[in-house]
Amino acid sequence: MSDAPLIEVKDLGVRLNTSHGPAQAVRGVSFALRRGETLGLVGESGCGKSVTALALMGLLPDSAVISGSIRLDGAELVGLPDTAYCRLRGNRISMIFQEPMTALNPMHTIGHQVAEPLLRHTGVSAAEARHEAIALLDRVGLPDAAKRVDAYPHQFSGGQRQRITIAMALACQPDVLIADEPTTALDVTIQGQILDLIASLVEERGMSMILISHDLGVIAENVERMMVMYGGTVVESGETNAVFTRMGHPYTQGLFRARPRLGARKGTRLKTIAGTVPELADLPAGCTFADRCTIAEARCRAALPAVVDVGAAHGVRCIRTDVSMDAGGVGA
Amino acid sequence: MSAPLTAPAGTAAIPPGARPVTGFWRRALRHRSFVLGAVLSLFVLGAALLSLVWTPWSAYDIDVASKLHPPSAAHWLGTDVLGRDIVSLLLVGARSTIMVGVIAVGIGLSFGVGLGLVAAARKGWTEELIMRMSDFTFAFPAVLSAIMLAAVAGPGMVTSITAIGIFQIPTFVRVTRGSANAIWAREFVLAARAAGKGSFRITIEHVLPNILSILIVQATIQFALAILAEAALSYLGLGTQPPQPSWGRMLNDAQTLLFQSPMLAVYPGAAIAIAVLGLNLLGDGLRDLLDPRLARER
Amino acid sequence: MSVFFLRRILTLVATLVAASLIIFLVLDALPGNAAQMLMGADASPDAVHALTVKLGLDQPLTVRYLLWLKGMAVGDLGNSYVYGTPVAGLIAERLVLTIPLAIMSMLITVVLALAAGIYTAANHNKLGDVGVMSLTQVGIALPNFWFAILLILLFSVKLQLLSAGGFAGWDDGIWTGIRSLLLPAISLAVVQAAILARVTRSAMLEVLREDFVRTARAKGLGKREVLWRHVLRNAMIPVMTVMGLQFANLLAGTIVIENVFYLPGLGRLIFQSIANRDLIVVRNCVMLLAAMVVIVNFVVDVLYAFIDPRIKVSNL
Repeated sequence: MSDAPLIEVKDLGVRLNTSHGPAQAVRGVSFALRRGETLGLVGESGCGKSVTALALMGLLPDSAVISGSIRLDGAELVGLPDTAYCRLRGNRISMIFQEPMTALNPMHTIGHQVAEPLLRHTGVSAAEARHEAIALLDRVGLPDAAKRVDAYPHQFSGGQRQRITIAMALACQPDVLIADEPTTALDVTIQGQILDLIASLVEERGMSMILISHDLGVIAENVERMMVMYGGTVVESGETNAVFTRMGHPYTQGLFRARPRLGARKGTRLKTIAGTVPELADLPAGCTFADRCTIAEARCRAALPAVVDVGAAHGVRCIRTDVSMDAGGVGA
Repeated sequence: MSAPLTAPAGTAAIPPGARPVTGFWRRALRHRSFVLGAVLSLFVLGAALLSLVWTPWSAYDIDVASKLHPPSAAHWLGTDVLGRDIVSLLLVGARSTIMVGVIAVGIGLSFGVGLGLVAAARKGWTEELIMRMSDFTFAFPAVLSAIMLAAVAGPGMVTSITAIGIFQIPTFVRVTRGSANAIWAREFVLAARAAGKGSFRITIEHVLPNILSILIVQATIQFALAILAEAALSYLGLGTQPPQPSWGRMLNDAQTLLFQSPMLAVYPGAAIAIAVLGLNLLGDGLRDLLDPRLARER
Repeated sequence: MSVFFLRRILTLVATLVAASLIIFLVLDALPGNAAQMLMGADASPDAVHALTVKLGLDQPLTVRYLLWLKGMAVGDLGNSYVYGTPVAGLIAERLVLTIPLAIMSMLITVVLALAAGIYTAANHNKLGDVGVMSLTQVGIALPNFWFAILLILLFSVKLQLLSAGGFAGWDDGIWTGIRSLLLPAISLAVVQAAILARVTRSAMLEVLREDFVRTARAKGLGKREVLWRHVLRNAMIPVMTVMGLQFANLLAGTIVIENVFYLPGLGRLIFQSIANRDLIVVRNCVMLLAAMVVIVNFVVDVLYAFIDPRIKVSNL
C-alpha cells in the first residue's frame, strides 16, 4: 500500500453565517488519512467536528466560507463545483448520519433509496441495482432483505434504519466512510451491534473511516488514530493508544475525567469541566480552552498556541504541556 | 441553521406585558411588509373615515348632464355614467367595504373562536362534531351561501354579511382549535388543572390570552378575504345595493362602458387590491412580529 | 386500505346528506310556498293552489325531501318551475361549459403554482425568489373578476385578439371552444395560483430542511435532482390539501367569472333562476356545486394514501 495519503486536509477553516452573525466554526484543522486507516473525531457538541465532516463532503451551506485545502488522492476538493462533487459523494466518500429516523425519505422504498447511489454512479441497470441493494441490505444484517426491500422506512426500527443508511453509504464501495455519531440516537443495546457492523465492513472492504463521536469509549474501541476538537480547532491528535495513555491537553484530560464509568464507587461524583463551551461567534483570540482551563496563564490568551509534538505523531495544541503532561496519566 | 433560536418554546407563556412595548414598535418600524401594509390599510381606513365627514361631491346625487367626465380639477378621477364623482364614490365605497368586512369577520371570529375553544377544551365527541361541522362548512364558499340566501331573502347587505360571516367561521374554528390544543398540552395548563381550575377558567385565563396574537394575525388576513368576497358579491348584485356605492357595484357598472371609459373599471379594482394587499402585508408583518415561532420563512 | 377507505366513504356520504338537508331546508322549507313566490303576491288563491298541486308542493316536507334524494339517485331532478323542462337537462347543458372551464383553470393554476413554487424554493432568498414572491403577494390581492376585466381591457379592447365574452360552443371544434374559455380560465387561475405558489414554496422549504435531503445529497445527487426526486413528493401533501380547498373557491369563482364574460354556464343559470324565482333549479345547482367540492376533497384525501406510504393501512 502506498504511503501517499488518501485524504489530506491542510489548515482547514470554515466560516458559517449564523443567526448571531458570522462564526469561525473550524480553524487550522490539518490531518492526513491513508487508505484503510481509521480516524476518530471527538469533542463536545458545537466543537466543529460535524462541520469538518460536512466540509469534507462538500455539504456545507452555500453561505459558508471554506479556506485551506482538502485533497482526495491529491485532487483539491475545496472550491470544486457542485456537479464534480456530486460524482464523488456517495461514490468515493460516503457518510452516515446521526438520526436514522429522519435520514431516510419516508416516501421512497428502502430498496429504491439503497439503489439510488448505484444508479447514480455506476451505470448499472435498475434490475441489477435492485439485486445489489438486496445483497447490501442482507450484508448489513437486515432480516428478510429480499422480502422487505420494497418496504418503507416507517416500517423499520431505529437500529434497522441505521443498517439501511449504512447499506446506502456502502453501495458504491467508497474509499472513505464518514460516520457522524452513527449510534448516538440508538438504544444502548443496539449501539454495540451497529459499531461492530461498521468496523467489520470497514475492515472487509479496506475503507478508510472517519468516526465522529462525543463518546470517548466509542472512539477508544473503534479507531487507530484520534483527534480531540475544541472550539473549532484540533487540540490534540495522535494514535488512540498514545492519546489515551498520555493525554497532553488539559481539555482531553477534562473529557476523560467527565466520562461516566461502570464500577465507579457509589457516591463518586462525575467530574465536570467548569465553564461552558464558548460561542463560536465570539471565540477568544488565544487558546479557545483558556477560559475553562485550570492551568491557563496570560500568554495562553495572547495567540492560538501552536501544535507541540509530545511523542511520535502525537501533537498537542498547548503551550503548557510541561505542566499538563505532568498532571496527565489521570489513571485509566 | 436559518431558524434563529431566539424564541424557546416557552415564550408564549410569558404574559404580554413582560415584553417591552417599545421593542415591539422598534422592530415593527423596521419591518418592511408591516410598514407598507400598515400604511396601505390606514390609507383605506382614513378614506372610509373621511367619507363620514366629507366627500368632494355627493356620492348619491345623480347629475346626468355631467356624466362620464374625464378627470379634471373639479372631478379628480372624472364622473361615472350617472354623473357621480368617482373620488366620492370610492371614499364612500371604502366605508361600505370596511363595514361589511368588520361585521362579517366579527361573526366569524365570535362563532369560530368560541367553537374552536370549546373543541379544544372538551375534546372527544364534541371536538369531532365541531370539526366535522366546520369541514362541512368549507363546502359552502361565500358566493354559494349568498346565492342561497339571495334566492329566498333577496340580495342585500345583510345577505352578503351573513354569507361572508358563515364562510369565515370554519377557518377561525380550525386556527383556534389548533393553537388552543397546543396551549392545552403545555405544563402551565397542567399546573392550573392540578390547582383545581375548571376548563372554562383555564380557557379564559390561560388559553385565550396565549392564542390572542395568532387570532389577531388570522383576523387581519380574514378581513382581506372578506373584502374580496364583499366585492365579488356586490359585483354580482347580491351584496350592497344601489344607490349605496360599493366598489364591486362600481366595477359592474363600469364593465358595460369598457370601450368608452376603460379607466372607470380600473379605479375601483385598484381600491380593492390596495385594501387587500395592505391587510395581507399587515397580517404577514404582525405574524413575524407577534409570534416569532410562526415566522420561520422570510 | 379497506378500513381507511370505508371510513372515508361513510364520511363522504354523511357530508353529502347533511349538505342536501341544509340546502333543502334553506331553499325549499324556508321560503314557504314556492308557488306563491312564483306567481306573486296578488295571484288568486285558486291559481296558487293549482300550481302548488301541480308542482307537488302540497306534499309534506319529509316526503318532498325524500323524493328529491330519490330523484338525485336516479338522475331525475324534477322540472323547472319556470320552463317546465327537466332540471337535469338544464344543468347538463350548462356543465358542458362550466366543467371544462373549471378543469382548464385548475390545470393553469397547478402548472403556474408548481413552477413558481419550485423555482422560488430552489432559489430561496435570491432575487428571483423575492421577485416572484412579491408578484404572488400582489396576485393574492387581486379580485379575480377585476383581473378578468383588466384582461378584457387588454386583449379585447386594446389588442382586439380575443372576444370580450360569450361562448362559441364546442360545435366549431375544440379549439374555438377553448379559445373562448381562455381568458376566463386565466383570470380564475392567476389569483389561485398566487396562493398555491406560496404554499408550494413554503412546503418545499420545509422539506428542504429535513435530514433525508442531506442524505440524498450525500449520495451524490445534485441540488435539482434532490428537489425533484426527494423534496417535491414530500411537499405535495400540504399542496394537495390546499388544492382541494381551492377547488371550492374555483367553483365559486366560475359563478362570478361566467358573469364577467357572459358565459352560459352553471353560474349564469343560477342567476337567471334566482331572478325567475325558479327555486328548484337553484336548489339542484347549489347541491351540485357543494357535492363537487365535497367529492373533490374526498378524492384528495384518498390520494394522500397513494402519495404517502405512511397513511395507507394504519389509522384514519
